[in-house]
Amino acid sequence: MAKVMVKGTEAIGEAAIRAGCRHFFGYPITPQSELPEYMSKRLPEVGGVFLQTESEVATVNMLYGAACTGKRVMTSTSSPGFSLMMEGVSYMACAKLPAVFVNVVRGGPGLGDIQPAQGDYWQATKGGGHGDYRLIVLAPSTVQEAVDLTVLAFDLADKYRTPALILADGMLGQMMEPVEFPEFRDLSTLPDHSDWALTGAKGREPHIVTSFDIDPYVLEKMNLELVEIYKEIEKNEVRWEEYKTEDADIVITAFGTVARIAKSVVDMAREDGLKVGLFRPITVWPYPYEPLEKLADKVEMFFDVEMNMGQMLEDVKLAVKGKKPIKFYSRMGGVVPTPNEIYDALKKEIGR
Amino acid sequence: MRKVLYKMPESLTGKEFTYCPGCHHGIIHRLVAEVIDELGIREKTLVVAPIGCSVFAYQFFNMDGTIAPHGRAPAVATGMKRARPDLYVFTYQGDGDLAAIGTAEIMHAANRGEKITTIFVNNAIYGMTGGQMAPTTLLGMKSTTTPYGRKAENDGYPMHMCEFLKEARGVAYLARTKVNTPQDVEKTKKAIKKAFLAQVKGIGFGMVEVLSTCPTNWGIDPISANKWLEENMIPEYPLGVFVDKVGDEK
Repeated sequence: MAKVMVKGTEAIGEAAIRAGCRHFFGYPITPQSELPEYMSKRLPEVGGVFLQTESEVATVNMLYGAACTGKRVMTSTSSPGFSLMMEGVSYMACAKLPAVFVNVVRGGPGLGDIQPAQGDYWQATKGGGHGDYRLIVLAPSTVQEAVDLTVLAFDLADKYRTPALILADGMLGQMMEPVEFPEFRDLSTLPDHSDWALTGAKGREPHIVTSFDIDPYVLEKMNLELVEIYKEIEKNEVRWEEYKTEDADIVITAFGTVARIAKSVVDMAREDGLKVGLFRPITVWPYPYEPLEKLADKVEMFFDVEMNMGQMLEDVKLAVKGKKPIKFYSRMGGVVPTPNEIYDALKKEIGR
Repeated sequence: MRKVLYKMPESLTGKEFTYCPGCHHGIIHRLVAEVIDELGIREKTLVVAPIGCSVFAYQFFNMDGTIAPHGRAPAVATGMKRARPDLYVFTYQGDGDLAAIGTAEIMHAANRGEKITTIFVNNAIYGMTGGQMAPTTLLGMKSTTTPYGRKAENDGYPMHMCEFLKEARGVAYLARTKVNTPQDVEKTKKAIKKAFLAQVKGIGFGMVEVLSTCPTNWGIDPISANKWLEENMIPEYPLGVFVDKVGDEK
């Protein structure tokens, strides 16, 4: 298939449809409103349903209801909107409901601004909603990868019966790039959820989807079932990219859009004869702790770059286990660092 | 040969209700189940249980179901219905759930004409959390958070959900009933049937508000509670059919 120029948000929407998503519920918020707009036009063309909701709170609960029927469902939002969805995300995780969320992160906290940022890393990877749960969190750094990871997100959500999250940012959502879309998934080949989905109790015992049990021993059992699912995901689904790390003395750690900028920094440094590489987690949960630890045995130092106050830095530290020094550079509030700026900061750290 | 006059509806599991003595939830559950049986739609119906005393509704109704987060049942039901328009979906909600935390969801589901059915049980108080003020608590009525009686200047006025919702153009059937006498039980059953028929016929949103007692949190015995409902709730919440686009059954 030929490549086409598409905006990030719209590319995610098209990828979702090709992955078999026919139900989208959403509420406009900058910088991702083109995604619901795209779905409102596109879904009726493929016999799907688009509904503009009254709020993000209603959105996540419509997603909950539609996911209960076993269908592939999706929503997208941006930071303050995702905060509003946290209640429902926690319910869906506990009720073991597959769904795909897209958070096109903007500057925060609070109302913040509408520029790209990475301040929702903790919310995405460490919780945000109440209780013990995890989300599969995928962090694309190009529009093509956003397309590929959207399809993967649906498949993983279905496989493990858990919500999955595409953690993008305003830059990825708004940029246009040439992408290649996958073929349309034949809906009849999608995973069969007839063993738990709410489809009408015809000729069988009723199915109950629940995030609740009044008996603590039963609820603990439900919790432990989730723990087992999360262990499986940690075992099977860790994804990351390494760039020029084979002989690197310094490894930049970064995810998403900033990782893409950091790649340019690696090339600039290499031109100057500095052995710099890049380690980019693709799944920020489950986090690629082990591959990063392996690098810690080989390199001299790490240089973590983020567009937040150092949220992923904590995971980098957990992986590196104090074996090597870790320096940190960031811009916040929706400010995107330039390659030169990051390179200058790196050179300053190593006295060059 | 003996004739069976009364039996457990197929739409109930037969699991013992968890409601307090004198509470009307049990009667209302049974009416909903009888209506679903009579319409022959049990195998195509999904129940959305709320939070509060009726949180266990999913265990009592013999059909596929889930429990919605606080107040969000109409949104959950919307998602279900949009994903499976061939199924019938109903929410069962109390006054705290529907008239406080979930006001936005019920208003918008009704206004969209969402083809779902809502059973709204109004007992003028928060039951499961232990008798706090509800949006429907009467002026002057004591609760654990209005120990001096509800005062309009501090706590606002009782919420009249039927009166608010009747303006929403997506509503196909809307009525307020009670179940404290046998005659009222019959009338409520007819109303519930119409609210379901509004969905079965694809006309729009249907809701029945059933006035109900809470002897435990009102602090009176069940018989006095029935009398209290009659004397105090009826003047505030007049019974009636507010919207009926379903028409009479042939």
